Amino acid sequence: MLKRLSQCIREYRTDTLLSPLFVCLEVAMEVLIPYLMSRMIDRGINVGDMDYILRLGGILVVCALLSLLFGAFSGHFAANASAGFARNVRHDMYYNIQDFAFENIDRFSTAGLVTRLTTDVTNLQNAFQMVIRILVRAPVMLISALFMAFRVNSRLALTFLAATPVLALGMAAIIHWAFPNFQKMFDCYDRMNSVVQENVTAMRVVKAYVRESRETEKFEHASGEIYRYSKAAECVVVFNSPLMQLCMYGCMLGLSWFGAKFIIAGDMLTGELMTMFTYTMQILMSLMMISMIFVMLTMSRASAERIVEVLNEKSRLKNGAAPLKDVPDGSICFDNVDFSYSDDAGQKCLDGISLKIHSGETVGIIGGTGSAKSTLVQLIPRLYDVTGGSVQVGGHDVRDYDIESLRNEVAMVLQKNTLFSGTIKENLRWGNPDATDEELVRACKQAQADDFIRAFPDGYDTLIDQGGTNVSGGQRQRLCIARALLKKPKILILDDSTSAVDTKTDAMIRRAFREEIPATTKLIIAQRISSVEHADKVIVMDDGRVNGFGTPAELLEINHIYQEVYHSQVKGGAPDGE
Amino acid sequence: MANNRPAPHGPDRRGFGKKPDLKSMNPGKILRRIMGYVSGIYRVQFVIVLIAILFSSLATVASSLFLRPLIDDYITPLIGQASPDFGPLLRVLLMMCGVYALGMLSTYLYNRLMINISQGVLKQVRDEMFAHMQKLPIKYFDTHAHGEIMSRFTNDTDTLRQMISQSIPNMFSSAVTLVSVFVSMVILSWQLTLLLIVMLVLMTKATQFIGGRSGRYFVEQQEKLGKVNGYIEEMMNGQKVVKVFCHEAAAEERFNELNDELCDAATRANRFANILMPIMANLGNLQYVLTAIVGGALAVSGLAPLSLGDIASFLQLTKSFTMPFTQISQQLNAVIMAMAGANRIFQLMDELPEEDNGYVTLVNAKYNEQGELCETPERTGIWAWKHPHKDGTLTYARVRGEVRFYDVDFGYTEDKIVLQNITLYAKPGQKIAFVGSTGAGKTTITNLINRFYDLADGKIRFDDININKIRKPDLRRALGIVLQDTHLFTGTVMENIRYGKLDAADEDVYAAARLANADGFIRRLPQGYDTMLTSDGEGLSQGQRQLLAIARAAVADPPVLILDEATSSIDTRTEQIVQQGMDRLMEGRTVFVIAHRLSTVRNSNAIMVLEHGKIIERGEHDDLIAEKGKYYQLYTGALELS
Repeated sequence: MLKRLSQCIREYRTDTLLSPLFVCLEVAMEVLIPYLMSRMIDRGINVGDMDYILRLGGILVVCALLSLLFGAFSGHFAANASAGFARNVRHDMYYNIQDFAFENIDRFSTAGLVTRLTTDVTNLQNAFQMVIRILVRAPVMLISALFMAFRVNSRLALTFLAATPVLALGMAAIIHWAFPNFQKMFDCYDRMNSVVQENVTAMRVVKAYVRESRETEKFEHASGEIYRYSKAAECVVVFNSPLMQLCMYGCMLGLSWFGAKFIIAGDMLTGELMTMFTYTMQILMSLMMISMIFVMLTMSRASAERIVEVLNEKSRLKNGAAPLKDVPDGSICFDNVDFSYSDDAGQKCLDGISLKIHSGETVGIIGGTGSAKSTLVQLIPRLYDVTGGSVQVGGHDVRDYDIESLRNEVAMVLQKNTLFSGTIKENLRWGNPDATDEELVRACKQAQADDFIRAFPDGYDTLIDQGGTNVSGGQRQRLCIARALLKKPKILILDDSTSAVDTKTDAMIRRAFREEIPATTKLIIAQRISSVEHADKVIVMDDGRVNGFGTPAELLEINHIYQEVYHSQVKGGAPDGE
Repeated sequence: MANNRPAPHGPDRRGFGKKPDLKSMNPGKILRRIMGYVSGIYRVQFVIVLIAILFSSLATVASSLFLRPLIDDYITPLIGQASPDFGPLLRVLLMMCGVYALGMLSTYLYNRLMINISQGVLKQVRDEMFAHMQKLPIKYFDTHAHGEIMSRFTNDTDTLRQMISQSIPNMFSSAVTLVSVFVSMVILSWQLTLLLIVMLVLMTKATQFIGGRSGRYFVEQQEKLGKVNGYIEEMMNGQKVVKVFCHEAAAEERFNELNDELCDAATRANRFANILMPIMANLGNLQYVLTAIVGGALAVSGLAPLSLGDIASFLQLTKSFTMPFTQISQQLNAVIMAMAGANRIFQLMDELPEEDNGYVTLVNAKYNEQGELCETPERTGIWAWKHPHKDGTLTYARVRGEVRFYDVDFGYTEDKIVLQNITLYAKPGQKIAFVGSTGAGKTTITNLINRFYDLADGKIRFDDININKIRKPDLRRALGIVLQDTHLFTGTVMENIRYGKLDAADEDVYAAARLANADGFIRRLPQGYDTMLTSDGEGLSQGQRQLLAIARAAVADPPVLILDEATSSIDTRTEQIVQQGMDRLMEGRTVFVIAHRLSTVRNSNAIMVLEHGKIIERGEHDDLIAEKGKYYQLYTGALELS
């Protein structure tokens, strides 16, 4: 994990190395200052040597200023390094996600990817900064202060050797006891949050069923759990400060007693005793710092793991060895295709599908929810790979094509279609970045979108909000169709893409397809029988299998499901309004 | 597409990292209110905490001051003595041992008590806030972004916890330390104290300068972070479209721009924050060094009567002075944040709850020997309105399920009328359908019957009682509702269906599920009825969730039923099957139906066609078709319904 993350440092290596280096220099100064101070007290103040005081004083001031400078530098480099590191991590993740196949995206879920790219990166950035500054500082300080203490008076410094294990063990024990409770507390927080969230979003249900008091009880239970575990965890953590004080006061008393004896016996000077007091603080504080960092790093470990998971995820789809760049025509052939979303093939979504569609045909696909209509068509532009059998486009297996070339010839309007923030023009140009204005208008006319676009005050330059919330469902669908048409594909797939469009407009779109792009193979998934009843052929899907495949007239004769849907919608002579 | 309902997810969902609005709050009042919680239940504990903090801080100061007598009285006089007497030293060390023990004990005591106080207050605040939230009108949830309400329970209470458990004790102990250290310093040497003050001014200036810059850059960083996060959210949501259009390169380009901008802003912001600490710490060091030089010079030159112990003590005090000084300035920030959080919490608690002046209640009833309707505690299946009168008498009227609208006007805000002149009636057992485009006011009408909103003008009567006179919970108990957006709760399938009637037996739940045709798919779930549902029924299809919502309404068995697009996400084939269940569910009840697919409302007693908040056509299906008006156009698909 660390290896993969350290690859993200790259051009910030110098900053990353300079920061701890300056930290070390700063620590050296901070340890040196009390040492020089003791000499000034003993050889200057105590004996009344003014020259010595001023000379050493000058050196001390320089030391303090240097220390300030080093500290500032280390902060500066740490800022460069951590912000740059975060930038690279974000960059690497984002680029890797762009390479993801649909299968990879499904595995992580959109919300999961967003959290990893946002909150988790911020956590990691903070952790990284802590590592290169404080995690270096604390041990270096501990060791050099201990070293100096032994230099000043090795016998007296033994006091520290008694105190440090006490503090270290105490801290370890506190972390050991408190941590599980903290984890339980975080779980409880999640539970409480989900109760709040459910109530905020489903307030109408709560009020309609008059369940306010029951929900309040549920919440009080959740908040009570938090109370319990937070208290349990904090009651352990609370020993932190007294423990620290115990060690510090213990050291002070020990130093005073033995130090006094040494001084009186002439083995030590008064200033040296004071230096020892300062080292006490430095040593114990470093220990405290280490334990704190340890806890914080464990908390950000989860973030790091989640990030590395994305970084290490390999795209499930790869181009073959010598990919074909040219798709000859729009014919499609399913040859005994099996497919399942999960690796264990226990639950097949598609089972033994064999179909042959000629170039230029219009084919409707109907079937109930969960009958795998969408799954079927997603195999054509190779959004997923088949589990068994093969899908051929233009006479070649889709796995033999260069993915980008294939997808440029197979345009697909997804069921959950999305527009992006930007003007209508910019959105349309996703289909073809070089499209002229005339081409845009022609595609929009085919998709019956031109009229309503022109009705907007800004026409084709109208700004679309994030997610396309400022156009109606039917308008959004028509824009998405126009966007796909601009690719001038050999195969066009509409996955329930006209459900919010009225039947008249729907019919006009279909007529435009027939007249203007006759050579393009068109696959249309629909709930509405009117959308498919004029197609060349219709596929009836049921539970992952082809239940019927033929002309609408044939199916009306023999296919039970087709008849059922047909009669439920055309009953009474008038088609249904969706 | 004109949607009159205010968007439940406000436009500023991305506005995380908002600056606290300090102008609109009164810090004194908020602090008093917070302290009100603290002193409410924990008055004695809080007083003990304050005393303990006092002892703990004084022990720290004492340990610095102790250096002077240690050196001057117990060490220096003994130097050079042949047989020094360590007795006095031992005694004073033992005494200090006692002081330290007291300090440690106090430290533990106040930290431990603070846990009781902060966690207790927090639980109380959360519970009160949630209970209050339950009482707020639906309007509140329409007009506040959900994320914003959520963050009051999470971020805002969290900053409050920080403030109560850390900032308040910390600031108090820092203040005690500062004052006592300062007094000790003045007593030890006013000259050195003067030097200290000069250095303090310098340090404050440095903090202000760097802190100000860092603050400005942090705002910039938050802004850029918001932009990057917004872009990431948008692209991740559309990632599949990006793949289908092979648009990866363009998506990367824009991302790089934003990412680089963020990196620059973050570097600037962090740089200033990072160098603040070393500068403060090393100014402290400088101060330490200067004190030693000046102190030494004063002592040697004899300008001030400073002993070695005095200087040692003073140096140690300098160390314990700078720490609380920086701490107070840090805590101040935390307190301001917490105040802003507390302000938002109190705002929610101060929102006016839903008004309810109703006095008519819904009771179980039975017929006594005289054939009169009377109240009974057990469930009889017969419901009655219990109507108390001014003269103290009570009358009971059986619930029949008749609903009448008289000239109803309504608007979500006062200046925008959404419904106009709605007059209609539904006799017991009738089925009334509303059709019309989105935003025509169909859902709004049904929300008026159960009083999610109050009328602007006109009145609605339920069984000839003005609904304003019926207690809201009782009114809502008499109405079942299946909403457009199905919401399920974390819990088993069984619990979710039982939500409609908490004392329903397992058999009732199964029966309701069978009625809604949900039984089949529930039994195919891994654990059947005991399958846990999380995150609003994640893993179920939209159609399956709607079936569960229908079962939930069925188990409640209300006399009046509102179905708001209850089958919109079920495909036409499945709907046929559900429809049979729905027909059974509707039998013998007054039903209001809103439907997208007109085939499902064909057999209604009356169909109301709504446009712009007015009923423009009404009548039975055949009559409306014969009229060849709007309904005819909708039905034949000539008009877009979206």
